[in-house]
Amino acid sequence: MFKLDPSQDPMLCSGHAACPGCIEALSARHILATMGPDTMAVIPPSCMAIIAGPQPMSSLRIPVYQPTLESSAAAASGLRRALDAQGKRDTQVLVLAGDGGTYDIGFQCLSSAAERNEDFLYICLDNEGYMNTGAQKSSSTPHFARTGSTPAGKTSRKKNLPEIMAAHGVPYVATASASHLADLVRKVEKAKGIRGTRFITVLIPCLDGWGLPDDAGLTAARYAVECGAFPLYEIEDGTRYTLNVADKPRPVADYLALQRRYRGMNDADTATLQAEIDGAWTKLVERAAASRREIATV
Amino acid sequence: MSPATKAMRTPDATAASGDGARTMLLTGNQAVAWGARLARPKVCPVYPITPQTPVLEQLTEFQAAGEFDAEIITPESEHSVMSACIPASLAGVRVFTATASQGLLLMHELLHYASGARAPIVMANINRTVASPWAFWPDQTDSLAQRDTGWIQLYVESAQEALDSVIQAFRVAEAVQVPAMINLDAFYVSHAMEPVAVPAPAEVDAYLPPFAPEHRLDTGKVESWGNVVSQDMFYRHRQSIEQAMGRVPQLLAEADRAWHERFGRAWGVVERYRCEGADTVVVTMGSMCGTARDAIDAMRDAGQAVGLVKVRLFRPLPVAALRAALAGVRDVVVLDRNHSPGAGGILHQELRAALYGMPGAPRVHGLLAGVGGVNVPPGRIVEFVRQARASDPLPESVWVR
Ligand SMILES: Cc1ncc(C[n+]2csc(CCOP(=O)(O)OP(=O)(O)O)c2C)c(N)n1
Ligand code: SF4
Ligand SMILES: [Mg+2]
Repeated sequence: MFKLDPSQDPMLCSGHAACPGCIEALSARHILATMGPDTMAVIPPSCMAIIAGPQPMSSLRIPVYQPTLESSAAAASGLRRALDAQGKRDTQVLVLAGDGGTYDIGFQCLSSAAERNEDFLYICLDNEGYMNTGAQKSSSTPHFARTGSTPAGKTSRKKNLPEIMAAHGVPYVATASASHLADLVRKVEKAKGIRGTRFITVLIPCLDGWGLPDDAGLTAARYAVECGAFPLYEIEDGTRYTLNVADKPRPVADYLALQRRYRGMNDADTATLQAEIDGAWTKLVERAAASRREIATV
Repeated sequence: MSPATKAMRTPDATAASGDGARTMLLTGNQAVAWGARLARPKVCPVYPITPQTPVLEQLTEFQAAGEFDAEIITPESEHSVMSACIPASLAGVRVFTATASQGLLLMHELLHYASGARAPIVMANINRTVASPWAFWPDQTDSLAQRDTGWIQLYVESAQEALDSVIQAFRVAEAVQVPAMINLDAFYVSHAMEPVAVPAPAEVDAYLPPFAPEHRLDTGKVESWGNVVSQDMFYRHRQSIEQAMGRVPQLLAEADRAWHERFGRAWGVVERYRCEGADTVVVTMGSMCGTARDAIDAMRDAGQAVGLVKVRLFRPLPVAALRAALAGVRDVVVLDRNHSPGAGGILHQELRAALYGMPGAPRVHGLLAGVGGVNVPPGRIVEFVRQARASDPLPESVWVR
């Protein structure tokens, strides 16, 4: 079990406005503790912005700039350059954005910042939907999931954003989950030590949006990794793949059964989803193996 | 005489003095870039668009030559440009950018965001027609459509005024913590060359103190911006922006006076040109003022009591100065090089509202002249004035050419 150092002041204070049992607050607490006090956060409209506010309170012990929904990476670029101009090169700029603000409306400026290799850590708190506005689909919502805007289930697959980010050739891309907390903290620590655009997407089972009991968030997060729906991996410099949890013993049906957003899904659709997950997993395993072979031959 | 012909007649285009002050042949765009260079911003996000592109190119050339110590960011869009400008400014550094037309419109959401954040960014906007259809002509609809975004707006007539205004704008914007936009007409000002007095850097430094805001994003201070607020907080925030705007005419007048003392040039908040005893006054903005001056000269030569009021500061609209400038005038002829469908000319609407209820208020004739960049020669302005004096004003703006 991974524990926060109790001698450390919490960077995310108690009394914040997350739903009880929310995995986003738990994840943010560890991310912020790892980043430390010489950090500035950029938080667009999302659950995290609600957790951070409201004025005149702030649950974060660091300065927070809340940009518009679609402009986090551009805002982080501006902030970064202003800090550089002031000689504050060691101050970290940390984006904490939702999947809507990352995969969808904020993607254009994220791609541009990644192409410029702007120096910040971008963490996507990926709860697979627009939760702030009441749980509608985003392009991160998985196939067949029901949301406010896909009441009969989403007809297309989850966008593979880590691959897209890696294709920009940025130094570090990873997926992470609070169910594998030591791995999450290690990845944030590692990203903190790298310059340039670093991107981590953290799976956040949303109690309300996914239809989970208050105490089921971590179980859902763990099942997502164990069934391969959300594999944990790293991509360095756009080419070197590491699979952090190397097998997926659980059928996706176990994962689906936990969540109301998949209610009433028929066997054929479950089989389709299982096949999609298996296909993506095989590709990932091949890439990780190829990366190991390359390292061995160097 | 157009600025271009003036420039061609200037034999000595680059005369330098020991302190770095010099006279150079510059376009409006280059003058803007020189103004920015002298103001020493630390962050410049910028995205190209005709006819603003030469500003971007001049700034990157300055930087490549080691003469401009700013972080230049080249994002994928003007939307990201303004998104980067705001937190950079909030971090406590001076920020400059430039755009035009579609670029300005793409920034619209962020223009509100910037003024709400009290980020004293200075931006040059080259006034160009707004699509569709596509066109590249001088027309002020782009920036006038941003009149409610909380930006100070200046409209300039020449390259010299553009350079001077960029620096003056930083001084005023930083004093009230409200962003400022310098507007210059496409091509007529942006691309026309004229001899421009470029002040000595040390003199500009003395005029414009370093930007050192008390409140800023700083890990040593732990202050934040953008958190959700209550109705009451929002209400009070808007009031404080209004109070800041209310101080702008006075502060600009002071900044202009201080500029005059140091550099010998002043531009006014509104400028009265040959208005002594005038019964009719033309009111307009930007490059149209240059043409109107020629028309006024011709009418004065013919013994007519006609003057020009140039609106240099449009936001906040300097109501007191406009009322004072137009007191006792019988007819006002507004020339609008912009178009608000269903409402007509924007300066026309604004001026009528400003003068409404004024005892003995002038009759206001609104003319949509030069919309889409159509040429308005001085002779036509003489004719517009003749017709206005002979007819009652209409409630709506009238299309003329
Ligand atoms: C331009 C714009 N469009 C729409 C909104 C409304 N809005 C606020 S948050 C949000 C969804 C955010 O979803 P996500 O980024 O996934 O964050 P989550 O709420 O799920 O944490 C939307 C659509 C907005 N703030 N700005
Ligand atoms: S809606 Fe979901 S992600 Fe948002 S605070 Fe509640 S549980 Fe957390
Ligand atoms: Mg979301």
